[in-house]
Amino acid sequence: MNVDWLLTHSPALLIAIPLLAAFLTPVIDRINKKARDAFVIIVLIIAEIIMIALAWDVFTGSAHIYTMGASSPTATIPAQAAVPIRIVLEVDGMSAFMGLISTTVSLAAGFYSLAFVKKETGQGRYYALLLLMLVGMLGMEFTGDIFNLFVFLEVLSMASAALIAYRFYYGDAVEGAFKYCVVSSLGALMVLFAIGLLYGQYDLLNMAALAKVMKYTTLDRIALVLLIAAFAMKCGAVPMHMWTPDSYTVAPAPITAMLVAASQASLYALFRICFSLYGLTLDVTTVGIIIIALGLLSMFVGVTMALPQKDIKRLMSYHAVSQTGYMLLGVGVGLYLLGKPDFDTYGMAAMEGGIFHIINHALYKGLLFLTAGAIFYKVKTRNLNEMGGLAHSMKFTTIFFMIGALAIAGIPPFNGFASKLLIYESAYHVSPILSIIAMLVSIITLASFVKVFHSAFMGPPMENAEEGDVPKSMIIGMAILTVGIILFGLFPGWVVSNIVHPAAQALAAQAGYIGSVAGGA
Amino acid sequence: MIYNIPFFAVIILIAVGMYAVIFRRNLIKIAIGITIVESAVNLFLITLGYREGGVAPIYTNLPANVVIPGGMVLPVPQALTLTSIVIGVAVLALMLSFIIRIYQYYGTLDSKKVRRLKE
Amino acid sequence: MLETTGGYWSPIVWIVAFIVAFLMAYIMWGMGEKKHAKGEQEKPFLSGQDEPSKEAVHVRAGNIYWGFTETLSGYYDFMKKIHTGIINDYVLWLLGMAAIFFLAIVLPGVIM
Repeated sequence: MNVDWLLTHSPALLIAIPLLAAFLTPVIDRINKKARDAFVIIVLIIAEIIMIALAWDVFTGSAHIYTMGASSPTATIPAQAAVPIRIVLEVDGMSAFMGLISTTVSLAAGFYSLAFVKKETGQGRYYALLLLMLVGMLGMEFTGDIFNLFVFLEVLSMASAALIAYRFYYGDAVEGAFKYCVVSSLGALMVLFAIGLLYGQYDLLNMAALAKVMKYTTLDRIALVLLIAAFAMKCGAVPMHMWTPDSYTVAPAPITAMLVAASQASLYALFRICFSLYGLTLDVTTVGIIIIALGLLSMFVGVTMALPQKDIKRLMSYHAVSQTGYMLLGVGVGLYLLGKPDFDTYGMAAMEGGIFHIINHALYKGLLFLTAGAIFYKVKTRNLNEMGGLAHSMKFTTIFFMIGALAIAGIPPFNGFASKLLIYESAYHVSPILSIIAMLVSIITLASFVKVFHSAFMGPPMENAEEGDVPKSMIIGMAILTVGIILFGLFPGWVVSNIVHPAAQALAAQAGYIGSVAGGA
Repeated sequence: MIYNIPFFAVIILIAVGMYAVIFRRNLIKIAIGITIVESAVNLFLITLGYREGGVAPIYTNLPANVVIPGGMVLPVPQALTLTSIVIGVAVLALMLSFIIRIYQYYGTLDSKKVRRLKE
Repeated sequence: MLETTGGYWSPIVWIVAFIVAFLMAYIMWGMGEKKHAKGEQEKPFLSGQDEPSKEAVHVRAGNIYWGFTETLSGYYDFMKKIHTGIINDYVLWLLGMAAIFFLAIVLPGVIM
C-alpha cells in the first residue's frame, strides 16, 4: 500500500470510499451517535487528502486513466476490440480541479452540519445522503463515459432533492424539493435521449472515442441542443433558473453550500460536452454566442432580482445565479474564440478567468450560505425585516460575512477581484458591452450585500437575542472556506499558473483528451 | 417501414407526457407525465438495439444457423434501459413521497396553489 | 502576482499601499482635536425635540433601495409577473429555450 498504488487507483478509490461509507453510516448510526459523527468526518478528511494528492499529480504530470474491471488500470482498449469497451474514468486537469472544489466544500459542510442538525431526527440518513451527494459530484467529474455521466447526474439529483426536503415540517421545504425533482428529472431524461441518439449513430459510449469519430450530422446537432438545454438548466442559467431560489432557500444551510458545488458539477459537464466531446466540429461562433448570451442574461437578471428580496437565503441564491453568469461568460468567450488565432492570448485568458471564478464562487458562496445558516441558527428567522444588530453578539460570523461579501463583490485584495479582472479584460476584446454589463452587475452585487450587512448586523441589538456566537464546529466549517478565500486572494498568480492553467489547457486541447484514452489521436 | 413504428410511438408518448407535465394542474398528474416521458425514452433506447431477424444475445444454447454476432440484437441498449428503469422507479418513489408531504402541509394538490415560494 | 493580458495585478503591493495610506490617514486623524468620552457628547439640535430612539429610525431591509426599485418599476413588475412559482411554467421555460436553441443550431445545418 505505497503511494504509487494509491495514486494509480485513486480515481476509483475516491468514488468507492464515500459510497461504501454512505451505506455504512445508517448502520453505525444505530450503534452510537458520536461514532457516526466521527466516521463521517474521517471519511471526508480521507477523501480530501487523496484528492489533493491526485490533483498534485495530475497538475504536474499528465492525466490519470482508470479502466474499471480491466487487468491493469490503463488497458483501455482490450485485445480483441478497436475501441474502449469498459467504463473509463479519466482524470485530467479540469476534472481534478472540480474534484478539489467538491471535496473541500463537502468537508466544510460536514463540519458545519455537526452542530447545525444536532437537534433534528433522522441524522443517520442525512449524513448518508451527504456522502452520496459527494459521490455523485465526484462521479460526474471523473467519468469518461457518457452514460455513466447520466447515472451519476441522477444520483446527485436524487440525493440533493431528498436533502432539500430534510426539514419537512416546514411545508415549503417539500415544495422546493418537489419543484427541483420535477425539473431535474425532465432535464436528465433529455440527457438520456441525447445519449440514445449518439449511441444509435456511432455505437460508442466512451466520450474520447466518440470525439474521435464525431461527424456533426443533424442528429448530432439535436443531441447537442438537448444536452446544452438540460445542463444549462441544471446549473441555473436564466431563463431556466427558477428552481434555484426555491430550492436553495429552504434547504438546510450546509446542504445549500453543497448544492452550489453540485450546480458547478453540471457546469463542468456542459463544458466537457462543448469542448471535449464536440470540440471544433461544432460551429463555435453560434454555440459561443449562445453561451455568452446565457451568461449575460444570468448575470443581469440574477442580480436585479436579488436586490429587492427580503429573505436572506433567497437573496444569496439569486446571487448564485448571477455569478454562474460570470463563469458562462468567461468560458463562452473562450469557446467563441476557439480555433481562431486570438485564442492563445485572449481566449485562454477568458477561460482561465471563468474557471478561476468557479473555485472562487464555490468558496465565497459556500461561506455566505454558511453564515446565513448561522444567522438562522441564532434568530430562527430568515426575514431581513425582523433581524438586526447581530454584530454585537456574533463577532466571528460578522467577520466571515464581511470577507465573503467583499469577495463576491470583487473588491481587492480578495479572490473575486482577480478572476473578475481576467474576465473583464478578455471579454472587452470580443465586445466592450460584455465588460460594461459585467462591471455594472458587480456594483449592484456590492449594493445588495451592503443591504444585507446593514439589516442583519448593524443597528441596535434585538430584544430577545442570546449572547455568544454559534457553536465551534460551525465556526470551523466557515473558517475552512475563509482560509481558502484569503489564500487565493493573496497569491492569485500562483493559483492561476499552477491550478487553473492546467485545467484550462486540458479543456481546450481536445487532442490531448482523446489521446490519453485511445492511445493516439 | 414497419420497423420504424416504435420510433413514432416514442414521439407520441413524449408529446403526451410533456402535455401532462405542462398543462395539468394536479401534482399527481405531473408525476404520471414524467413517468410516461421516462417510459418513452426507455422504449427509444431498446428500439435502437433491434436488428432485423435477430435473436436474444445469449451465446450458449443458440438456435441453429445463427451468425455470431451479426444475427443477434445489440445487448448494450438492454443494459442501459435496465439501469434507466431502476433510476425511474427511484425518482417516482421520491416524487410521490414529496406529494404525500405536500398534501399533509398544504391541504391541496393544485400546482397553482402550492406556491408559497414565488418571485 | 497575476499576469493578465493587459498588465498585472499584485495583491501584496496593494496591501502594502493600503497599510501606508491607512497609517497616514490615522496619524492625521490623531493630530486633530480630542473627541469627547463616550456618553458626554453633545446631543444634536432637532428644533427642541428629543432625539428619537435608534429602533425608530433604523431603515428596514425591505425599504432600503426604494428609489432603485421604484425607478425600474416597469422592469420589476414584468419580472415578478414572470417568476410565478408554478411548476408547469418552469418546464415550459425549459422546453421553450430548447426550442430556441433548436432553431439556432439545428436549422442552419438542415437548410445548408
